[in-house]
Amino acid sequence: MSRAHVFLRDVTRIFKTADGAGREVHALGPVSLELRQGEFFAVVGPSGCGKSTLLDLIAGLSRATSGSIEFEGRAIAGDVPEGVGVVFQEDACFPWLTVADNIAFGLRQARIGTDDRERRVAHALDLMGLADFAAAYPAQLSGGMRQRVCIARTLVLQPRLILLDEPFGALDQQTRLLMGDELLRLWRDTGATVLLITHALDEAAMLADRIGVMSSRPGRILEIVETHWPRERDSRIVADASFGEITGRLWRSLRTESLKALGKSTGGTPA
Amino acid sequence: MTRVACYRLVLVLGAVLLLELLCRVGVIDRLTMPPPSQILADLWLMLRAGTMYPAMAKTLANVVIAFSTAVAAGLAAGVAIHRWNALRLGLDPLFATYYAVPVFAFYPLLIILFGLGDTPQILIGFMLAVVAVIMNTLNGLDRVSRVLMKTARIHRLGSLATALKITLPCAAPYVLTGVKLAVAYAFIGIIGAEFIMSRTGIGYEISFAYNNFDNATMYPLILLILVVSTAVNTALSHWEKVLMRRRGQV
Repeated sequence: MSRAHVFLRDVTRIFKTADGAGREVHALGPVSLELRQGEFFAVVGPSGCGKSTLLDLIAGLSRATSGSIEFEGRAIAGDVPEGVGVVFQEDACFPWLTVADNIAFGLRQARIGTDDRERRVAHALDLMGLADFAAAYPAQLSGGMRQRVCIARTLVLQPRLILLDEPFGALDQQTRLLMGDELLRLWRDTGATVLLITHALDEAAMLADRIGVMSSRPGRILEIVETHWPRERDSRIVADASFGEITGRLWRSLRTESLKALGKSTGGTPA
Repeated sequence: MTRVACYRLVLVLGAVLLLELLCRVGVIDRLTMPPPSQILADLWLMLRAGTMYPAMAKTLANVVIAFSTAVAAGLAAGVAIHRWNALRLGLDPLFATYYAVPVFAFYPLLIILFGLGDTPQILIGFMLAVVAVIMNTLNGLDRVSRVLMKTARIHRLGSLATALKITLPCAAPYVLTGVKLAVAYAFIGIIGAEFIMSRTGIGYEISFAYNNFDNATMYPLILLILVVSTAVNTALSHWEKVLMRRRGQV
């Protein structure tokens, strides 16, 4: 169960600024990382550290400046590979389609037959608690429900690697905990490998098997924290004693980096 | 019916009744304008006699050709210009000043180039309509969020599929605004062109009737154009409202 599903070696990303002055911004790396088949991996880091850049590179949405990325043994270079699903923080629902048609979009694209498509959409609607809203348009739904539509649209395609870019960033705390539970359930049921990008330490500590802590820009992986949670788990583990230990450890690693990201000195030894 | 709809109906009916009254008591004399009820009766007679059907068919056919080519070309050009920024930077000043130039001023040139047939008339309708479609399509495409473009790539759509399945549907309400303007501009272009450079069509018939003091033909034709153009526009506005309501915008 521990062979690498995604493999990054010395990956960097350098942006050219748009002003034409030819200045370069070193956004990421070098990062070397292995995601194991079927694990839940979270990445935390200060804002602007290149977390989303890392996700874009693994998704194939942009190209690494140097280094190599492999998914299931094949190199990723600027094209989204089959078997990868992505959920973004921003609302990515198609406002002109009903909830059911939003979820069916990728299946239609893949020319899945009508019977199979309808069955899978109905299943996804059920799973995400959207069955009563199949004919509704996204504008009629709350932010949390719209995000569930996006998750369902990704899941019906049965991706083997699911990339989540702060998917609960726009939701309130209670909804986030409950969505976290749903995410854990889906992860267990599908057996997919999950990479979650987040700025919320508690979210990472509650959901992930392993947590990569990133430095301020240019983002590098400073440390990988193992949570040792059982595969069967839910949001109630936030009351567990080791939950506090994990978030505490993450914050110790991150405090210095977060201060750097804010442009401040470290101000003595971390508490 | 809502209260607002009532007010609107009362306003229109009131204006028509006032006009009727002014005509009946002689404030507006018969040689200037017959009363609205008379215009309506004349239109009914004209439609029953069928004498104007060839002119109506010719005008409407040309409007449809000018309109549909303007929408098709405007959509394609909008997508292309949106995609290639250099093209857009080059064309922006042209679009900004386009409607400051009276297209009708070019009619002698169009006649020299294309003769007195339907082509120059359709061309004027097309030229008036196409830029409205391009500008509104661009406006709509500019509002497609980056995350939807990323979603298109996640679904591994090519450029054409992205335009047809993501960006144009997303921009639809704005595109429809352009389409609505295209209907109006196609009518204005075709009928205006018929006034000055045609021997057929409703525009020509109106000007012919005017030169012969034939109010019984001229006013019903004006009314006919008014009704057709308003009806098409109202239908499109209704469709636009349905689209906007779906997106929670009223």
